[in-house]
Parts: sequence; C-alpha cells; structure tokens
Amino acid sequence: MRIIEHPILGELKKEKKVTFTVDDKVIEGHAGEPIAVALRAAGLMVHRHTKNGSPRGIFCAIGRCTDCVMVVNGKPNVRTCVTPLEEGMVIRTQYGVSPKPLT
Amino acid sequence: MKRYDLIIVGAGPAGLSASIEAAKRGLSVAIFDENSRPGGQLFKQVHKFFGSKEHKAKIRGFRIGDELLSAANALGVDVVLNAIVIGIYQNKEVVVNIDDEIVHYKGDTVIVATGASENMINFRGWTLPGVIGAGAAQTMMNLHGIKPGERVLMLGSGNVGLVVSYQLLQAGCEVVAVVDAAPRIGGYGVHAAKVARTGVPFYLSHTIIKAVGDKYVTGVEIGEVDKEWKIIKGTEKYFNVDTICLAVGLSPMSQLLQMAGCDIVEDPKRGGTVPVCNHYGETSIKGIYVAGDVSGIEEASSAMIEGRIAGIAASYYLGYIEEDELIKEAYEQEKSLEKLRQGMFAPENKGKEILKTDEGYDVSISLLRNGYLDEREVDKYPGVKRTKGVHPVIECSQNIPCNPCQDSCPKNCIKIGQDITALPIFDDTTTCIGCGMCVASCSGQAIFLIDNDREKEYSYVTIPYEFLPLPEVGSKGDALDRSGAVVCEAEVVEVKSIKAYDKTHLVTIKIPKEMSLSTRFFKQLKEVY
Amino acid sequence: MGKINERTRDLGHFLEMADDDIIICRCEEVTKGEIRRAVHEGMFTLQEVRKFLRTGMGLCQGQTCGKLVKGIIARELNISPNELESSTGRAPMRPVEMQVMANERKEG
Repeated sequence: MRIIEHPILGELKKEKKVTFTVDDKVIEGHAGEPIAVALRAAGLMVHRHTKNGSPRGIFCAIGRCTDCVMVVNGKPNVRTCVTPLEEGMVIRTQYGVSPKPLT
Repeated sequence: MKRYDLIIVGAGPAGLSASIEAAKRGLSVAIFDENSRPGGQLFKQVHKFFGSKEHKAKIRGFRIGDELLSAANALGVDVVLNAIVIGIYQNKEVVVNIDDEIVHYKGDTVIVATGASENMINFRGWTLPGVIGAGAAQTMMNLHGIKPGERVLMLGSGNVGLVVSYQLLQAGCEVVAVVDAAPRIGGYGVHAAKVARTGVPFYLSHTIIKAVGDKYVTGVEIGEVDKEWKIIKGTEKYFNVDTICLAVGLSPMSQLLQMAGCDIVEDPKRGGTVPVCNHYGETSIKGIYVAGDVSGIEEASSAMIEGRIAGIAASYYLGYIEEDELIKEAYEQEKSLEKLRQGMFAPENKGKEILKTDEGYDVSISLLRNGYLDEREVDKYPGVKRTKGVHPVIECSQNIPCNPCQDSCPKNCIKIGQDITALPIFDDTTTCIGCGMCVASCSGQAIFLIDNDREKEYSYVTIPYEFLPLPEVGSKGDALDRSGAVVCEAEVVEVKSIKAYDKTHLVTIKIPKEMSLSTRFFKQLKEVY
Repeated sequence: MGKINERTRDLGHFLEMADDDIIICRCEEVTKGEIRRAVHEGMFTLQEVRKFLRTGMGLCQGQTCGKLVKGIIARELNISPNELESSTGRAPMRPVEMQVMANERKEG
C-alpha cells in the first residue's frame, strides 16, 4: 500500500521505523506519520465499531469526521488520522467509547 | 491578551497570500491553522495549475505552497499550526485552542480564510470502511505516501473528482470507473481526457446503488438514473473495489463568520452559505474580511488573489497605506481575478449548458458525456492542423483561462492572444522545431507532437507521460486512443526528461502512419512496478 | 419564512421509503427515516431535530451530516433548503474537551 516512488513527488521522506501494538498484535510504522497511515499500510481497515456494532474506518483523513477514532494508550476517541505515531503506542479497536466489546 | 494588527484564520493559499501583502506593508500578522501542516489544499495538489504566468500557470500546486510559505516566514508572519480557532467574539477577539490550552488574542483586523468542506452523499453502505472523501485520498497519497486502496471507484466528475482520479492512477491505484449522476462531466474536459485515455470508463447519468461488504468495502453497484433520479431496471453494474471515493462538491466553511455576526446569504452559485462581502472581501462587520473558498468555491488561483486583496484592504483600514495605494493595488489584483473568471467554467456560467465556444466551435458532446473527444471532430478545432514535419497537435476544445502553451513555444507556433480563454491556434506558417516544451507545459496534457514524415510507413507521436515506471527506449507496448482502447502496437523511440519539463516526461512512440490521428496514449506490455 | 411557522400545516401521511434505514448522522447513527418521522411529528427546524434526535451532536459536532440533514428536512417540508434557518453558529467551532475549555492561558 505504501508508495515507494511517486512520479511527481519522488521518494517521500519518512522518519525511522517504530513498532506499536493494535489489539496486542505488533505492527510496524514510521515515527511521526498518522497512526491511520501505519494501520492502512498493515491492511487494517476497521478502526472502531459504533454503539450499534457498525464497523468504521478512515473517512475524511483530516481529523474532522471522527470515524477513525481508536483507544490510544488507554484514551478513547483519539483521531488516528491526525495523531502522530510513537514507538510503543498501545492501540485498541474502539467499541462505542471503550476498548472492550460491549456485552 | 496578545494583540496583532491582523489575525488570519487558515493558512491556505488565501490566508498565506493575505499575510504576505499585509506583512509587506508593516502589519504584525498571525495565522492560525488547525492542521499540522500549512498550505491548506495546496500541498496535496501535484498537478500543474492553469491560468497565465501571473496566476502561476504550469506550476504544480505544492511548489506554489512552498513559495507562499517561505515568503510568509521571511516577512515575519507568525504561522501557528495545530491551532484551532474556536470562536470570534465581539471586538474581534479570537479564541484559539492550542494544544490543551485556550488562548485569547485580539486582532485589529481579521481575515477568515477557512476554505471549504466536502459535501456528503449517502447510499446504502456508505459508512463502511473503504468509503472515503476525495480529499482523504489526496491526503493519503500526496501527504503520507500511501495508496488509499488498490481498486477505486470515483463518484463525481467535477474538477476534484477528475484530478483525484488522475492522482490515484499516478499513485499506482486502479480506477475502475468515474461515475456521476449528471448527464455531463462537470469539470474541465482536459482533466477528463487525461483519465479517459488510460482506459478509465465514465458512467454519466449513473449513481451508486450500494456499497457491498461485511466489515469493509469489497464491491459497489451502480445504476443508470432516469429524470426522476430513479434507478432504471436492468442498468445495474457491479465492480469489485476496495475503495469508493466521494467527490460531490464543496461547501464554504462559514460558521465562524456566522458566529461573529456577519451577514450571511445562501448562494448556490458560490457553493452554499457565504458571507455578504464587497469587492475588497470586507464583510458586514468593518475590519472582518474573507478570502478564498469560504467566500465562494473557486480555485486556488482565485483564492490567492482574493487573499492579496483582503490583505491590502486590511492594511488600508488600519492606516498603513493611503487610499490611492489601496485603489491602485486592489484594481491590479481585481483585473487579474477577472481574467480567471471567464470562459466556460466561470462562476456566472455555473449550471448553464454551453454548446458553443466563444469562437463558435461546437463544444464536444463526446467529451462531455464520455470524457474524450471523438476522433472525427478533433480537426475542426484551431489547434489541430496537419502539416509537414514535426508539429504540435493541440486538442484544446473548451474556453478555459489558460495560456502556458503560447508562452512556452520558442518559435511562436501557438497563438492565444490577449483573451486567455481563447482556444489556442496552431499557426501552420511557422516552423516547429519539436522541442516539446508545449507538450510539457500544457497543464491539461492536451498537446501532442506528431511527425508523419520521418518514415514512410510510420508516424512518430510524442505524448506527455507522468507515470512510473517510465517506458524504456526500444520497449514495445500498446498504443491507446482517446478512449483508452488499444489501436495498434507501438515502439518507444525516445524518452525525454529535462528539468524544464518538471516531471512531465515526453515519450515518443512509433506507430503505423494510419494510426497517428488516433494514438494518444501508451501502455507498456510488461508491468515492472 | 411564513410557511415553516405554520405548525398546523398538514404534511400528509408519513410514507415509508425504501432508503429510510440509511444512516445520515454517522456519529449518532440517526437514520433518514427517523429524521423524516421527526419532521412529520412537528419538528420543522434544524434546531428542533437536533435536540430531539441528536443529529449533529455527536463527536464530530455536525461537520459531516449538517447539509444532509438540512436537505432531508427541507424535502419533507417541500421547501428549498435555503429557506431553512441554519444551525446557530456557536463556539466552540470544533469539539474541545472540557478540561481544555477550562484551561485558559494566563498571559496572552
């Protein structure tokens, strides 16, 4: 999914590689890029489930629609498309407003 | 509370341009932008702009963004990012959310240049992951270097839909179709032609019935609509896609102005809810100005000029310049702005069906319905003439303010004249030297070089090429016509990439002579990428 | 303006439509049918529909659904969307956490 060389922009400079976890699965990404980008590169499409159980993911990609929010380091409603990735981040799929599936 | 002569909300083309004009004249200026990067939409635009030299024609959007940002920084403008203006109160008090603090600022003047937000359209399944806005696709590809998906369907044939479709192809995605409920393509014909010639089909008078998928998009169903927007039975078509891109228009983000108490009006020609303002961009509240898309959806080129006008007007309001300078400078800018507001796509022509160009030529129905000119109608346009030796073929058939082709030719072969919306004329009394500058300079990629006389059985066609991998000399592939259909085999005889072309490579292919009128694109046989 | 204020206006029976189950307000998961039904029950303005159904009150604060909701209400009332009063523009323009709202910087 990552563009290695773009015909106009050339090679996009990225920061160093970092690892983080999503629902305990280890994923790789680049420091500083939006969390959502690293997730998309890893093939992850579903970021959260609404209170009625519908899957949601990236929609506007500029931090406005809040569909891509996930629980990041314990904090819910974090917009993953505008939040920079850091080494060791613990991310969980959000269900409603919490990380565990609603019973 | 920190005071600034001028507070600007939004660091896009309008906001940055305004800051430069004001800071140049001695004002203390701060720009607040909610994003982590300045430039608004500019840094997502990898295509070359239209207009003329004064409008930065043939320069790619992101380069213009760099220029504006450097100029603003050099003039000491405070560009504050990740700063959300949450309210404009009485006496022009601007309240900003920076990190986790609320900070109050006082602006003696305020320019709101917040731009526009994307419109929504709903269909069954539109909330599934995989359905994204066109802006989202651009952000992902051009800012973060990631493809939004592998197989994309684009809904919307306005300039945004067309330009983003081309950018998706450049990023390596497959665009399965461009769909629009309207009967005619809404954006520039040349933007559509760039996409159509690679083989992407256009489905006008069609809409999305539903997006299919369990956890995310795996397919989409479209269908033709009748005059009552009902799906016509039997016209359903299914595509396997992982991404559906929505480009269904923009609306000005004018809520801050509403809050500040400015008079607001609903104007569909300007995109929706816009502030009432005079020709300096001043709203009904003295000292509060607007510039860019927030005052009416247009282009980045118009936004920059409107920004300049507002910056100059604010400078006059605070007494930094005299009235005669205001009148003179604003007049210059307004003249420049008027040049952009001409032609088939002028704001006043929005919604109108235009059937003839200013010169009296028929506007191509094939271009409006399918995204490509019909081969049989091409040579009635003034840019298309057969002559001996290498010569440009300019397939420009709509009045759009744009003239880099004229400026680029060292031999004066291409003529547009004072009115930059005029269709370019190829002057066949001049001698083309085949330098290719016109091919590379045309922002619409509508110019080709043809040489029917180098060889007996073959013609040489030079096309603009902005994809990777670049074809290699000697490689074989397919020659495609304007609709993307394969017409014959082709061999690459030359690939030219010089700095002046700015990444529009010139690929010359050798094809059987009888195909020279049809051949407009090249597809390599082997996919190396 | 006069048309909307006529609360006694008879909109006719509520006719169910095939796309009533499509979600309009993504954040609060309010469907088209719920909005249309609300109009039939006498809620003729954006404000009223918002307070009743929470359209535009979710995490994105109406940034995504605003224009759609307006169009649906207008269509139900058989008027142009331009005749509907927009939602009141009120600070904060973007969602802000309460702890941030309370954290005012002392110096300018």
